[in-house]
Amino acid sequence: MTKLRVPVGPADHALGDERAPVTLVEYGDYQCPHCGHAHPIVKGARKHFGKQLRFVYRHFPLTQIHPMAEPAAEAAEFAGAHERFWEMHDALFENQESLGLPLFADLARDLGLSSQDLVGALESHEFLPRIKEDVMGGVRSGVNGTPTFFINGYRYEGLYEFENLVEAIDKELENAEMPHRRAG
Amino acid sequence: MSSVLAPGTQAPDFTLSVTPDQKLSLHDLRGQPVVLAFYPADWSPVCGDQMTLYNEILPEFQKYKAEVLGISVDGAWCHAAFAKHQHLHFPLLSDFEPKGAVARSYGVYRQQDGFCERALFVIDENGVIFWSYCSPVAVNPGADGILEALENMKGKRQSHDQVESTRRAS
Repeated sequence: MTKLRVPVGPADHALGDERAPVTLVEYGDYQCPHCGHAHPIVKGARKHFGKQLRFVYRHFPLTQIHPMAEPAAEAAEFAGAHERFWEMHDALFENQESLGLPLFADLARDLGLSSQDLVGALESHEFLPRIKEDVMGGVRSGVNGTPTFFINGYRYEGLYEFENLVEAIDKELENAEMPHRRAG
Repeated sequence: MSSVLAPGTQAPDFTLSVTPDQKLSLHDLRGQPVVLAFYPADWSPVCGDQMTLYNEILPEFQKYKAEVLGISVDGAWCHAAFAKHQHLHFPLLSDFEPKGAVARSYGVYRQQDGFCERALFVIDENGVIFWSYCSPVAVNPGADGILEALENMKGKRQSHDQVESTRRAS
């Protein structure tokens, strides 16, 4: 089974309780239609599991086929530097059809951030090293496309429809509750 | 069914079309590591496409001076259109005529389907297979195995060089 090589740490963008029994890590691309499809499903799963699930998002922009994926990730990181990562993250996926500088600037303004600063950060690629770091960590962990999910450190190979994802997390919860079963 | 060629085997040489009017031979690349990535077909409908991933992390392969070659039974014109569409920056070889002959020689042809497996070979500077892996056909094998093999190969070469130089010195 393919294992996550870079453990979840304080530098990660994480939602939910650190002590949650299950952590779901997504490697995603804001311009990838499959990630766009998975976005509300992940949200649904978070709602479904509440405190039992922690969600972590890492960048994996496929820049050669999705020219706006990397700037979008940079925009998310810019918002993240102002503690608004998740608002930007949601807005980017919800406006996936119109990714581009005008959208990023509008979204920054909506969050009360300076659109001028955002443009500056994108021009200087201030946040690019972090994004590249996510990508290389992902490659080493066997991320083979987007989205790739890891459930408690192991690559999830199933479909990313709500029922499938919930089922896989349920199974992991059972394991977490009964550690002696783990060996099986 | 033939099985996937194992490490230690001399990689079968081939000469295949790399564009409609250019050919490439494996022996031309002697002296550098080669990553040979067999895949079933161009135009796989997902963003998780194997060739797209390799394209994205090409600089990582280049750190090991490795040449990446994609190979499928698609024709050279099909490869050209696919490479252009995906902005691929590495060669795609056409194992087109006789169909799948190279895949067969590496033990990775799927007779029943008429295309090859998703199979990876890392070949060393002397043309010997250092690592090989065959993935279930529906699963993109990613790049972690390739990078690990390239790393191990580099480590092995360095320790070999060390032994050689100690021997020479003594």
